[in-house]
Amino acid sequence: MMDSINVDITHLKKGEVSLGTSIMAVTFKDGVILGADSRTTTGTYIANRVTDKLTQIQGKIWCCRSGSAADTQAVADIVKYHLDLYKATNGKEPTPHLAASIFQEICYNNKDNLSAGIICAGYDEKKGGEVYNIPIGGSLHKQDYIIAGSGSVFIYGYCKKNYKKDMTKDETVSFIKTSLSQAIRWDGSSGGVIRMIVLTKDGIERLIFYPEEYENA
Amino acid sequence: MTSIGTGYDLSNSVFSPDGRNFQVEYASKAVENAGTSIGIKCKDGIVLATEKIIASKLLAPGKNKKIQTIDRHVGVVYSGLIPDGRHFVNRGRDEAQSFKSLYKEPMGLEGLISRLGYFVQAYTCYNSVRPFGINAIVGGIDDSGSHLYMVEPSGVYWGYMGAATGKGRQAAKAELEKLDLPNISCKDAVKEAARIIHLVHEDNKDKDYELEISWISKEETNGIHKFVPNDLLEEAKKYAEEEAEGRNDSDSASGSDSDSDEDME
Repeated sequence: MMDSINVDITHLKKGEVSLGTSIMAVTFKDGVILGADSRTTTGTYIANRVTDKLTQIQGKIWCCRSGSAADTQAVADIVKYHLDLYKATNGKEPTPHLAASIFQEICYNNKDNLSAGIICAGYDEKKGGEVYNIPIGGSLHKQDYIIAGSGSVFIYGYCKKNYKKDMTKDETVSFIKTSLSQAIRWDGSSGGVIRMIVLTKDGIERLIFYPEEYENA
Repeated sequence: MTSIGTGYDLSNSVFSPDGRNFQVEYASKAVENAGTSIGIKCKDGIVLATEKIIASKLLAPGKNKKIQTIDRHVGVVYSGLIPDGRHFVNRGRDEAQSFKSLYKEPMGLEGLISRLGYFVQAYTCYNSVRPFGINAIVGGIDDSGSHLYMVEPSGVYWGYMGAATGKGRQAAKAELEKLDLPNISCKDAVKEAARIIHLVHEDNKDKDYELEISWISKEETNGIHKFVPNDLLEEAKKYAEEEAEGRNDSDSASGSDSDSDEDME
């Protein structure tokens, strides 16, 4: 049985707070947009209906967190520390790729103790918008767009059909809104509002969409 | 025993009453008599060169390289105690590798040199160790361009456009100041480096030497630290010898002038 690497992806400790989640990040013409639902559960109980699963690591480097709330908060804090240290000792701004590499290092080295699925996304002044997926187990994948979390399984087909390269900001916001609204519609552990973060050369913009709007979108 | 001294030079990490650390100063003395090494910051990269004194005729030519590589994009050359230099380079390699294993990108020069500066400085603080007997010239390319630094036995480091250390440093510095730094091309800098090393070796002519030149250039080596190709090295040596002969000719020419002056008298 122990011949192969085996990671139990479903197990949470008794009473542990889970981000049963729908999250995504999409690169577009001017940068990248991160999106997430806002539901946090303890078993069937909704512990928080307005959670913020989009976490700032450094300037225009953000992440979407899924899995255990405690684990992903701790990992994000450690990555934040590493990037601060990098900035101080090397005298330059860290890149999204660097942040993603540190997420991978931590998630891989501690794979037996963590349940954390993270999307790391950022705006690189040289390369533009970038998204990196660090799923449970600690591998690292650079993609054009990423969907993750329990709700994502319901929208693979929809996203595959509707994603286009180099969309405008408005097209991308609407793509994320309709995708996440369907994920929330079919996934019992996703819900609440849809939060987004837009990262472009012009700066950081926060968006929020309420159920009465996105359910009819 | 020539003198007993004040006793303030017997231990590392002890200041003299007027605020000096003698062990660090003695380490610099070890450097002052060693073979000359230079580094040049160019338009498109870095050139390193050293005058390697041949201690024995039995040493196989080309088999005892002195210039070393810390990482693919970082080269180092030093004057002073070779084993100390080897230890320094090993630490540099460890630093560069551990950086890469965490951040998955090559280490920047500023970060690397600050770590190496800390490392060298630590050897001036403890009784169980002695300071490094080297001046190390570290050069390389990262995503913010090319960089050239020199670390001293005290652990202090400065960024340079042209760096020189070892026995011929004064003459080498005077020659480096005449170059158009950092606008010179790497190819021209290789030739100038050969000329400078050849020139400063003249005062030490009784000993044989081997010329070693390496470079790191975006255009010439794709940002990788390499020894210069043999044909370029030979071309540079030829240029160095021609320049030296030209100098000697003009010297003897002025010499004959003064002779003729004497004849006139």
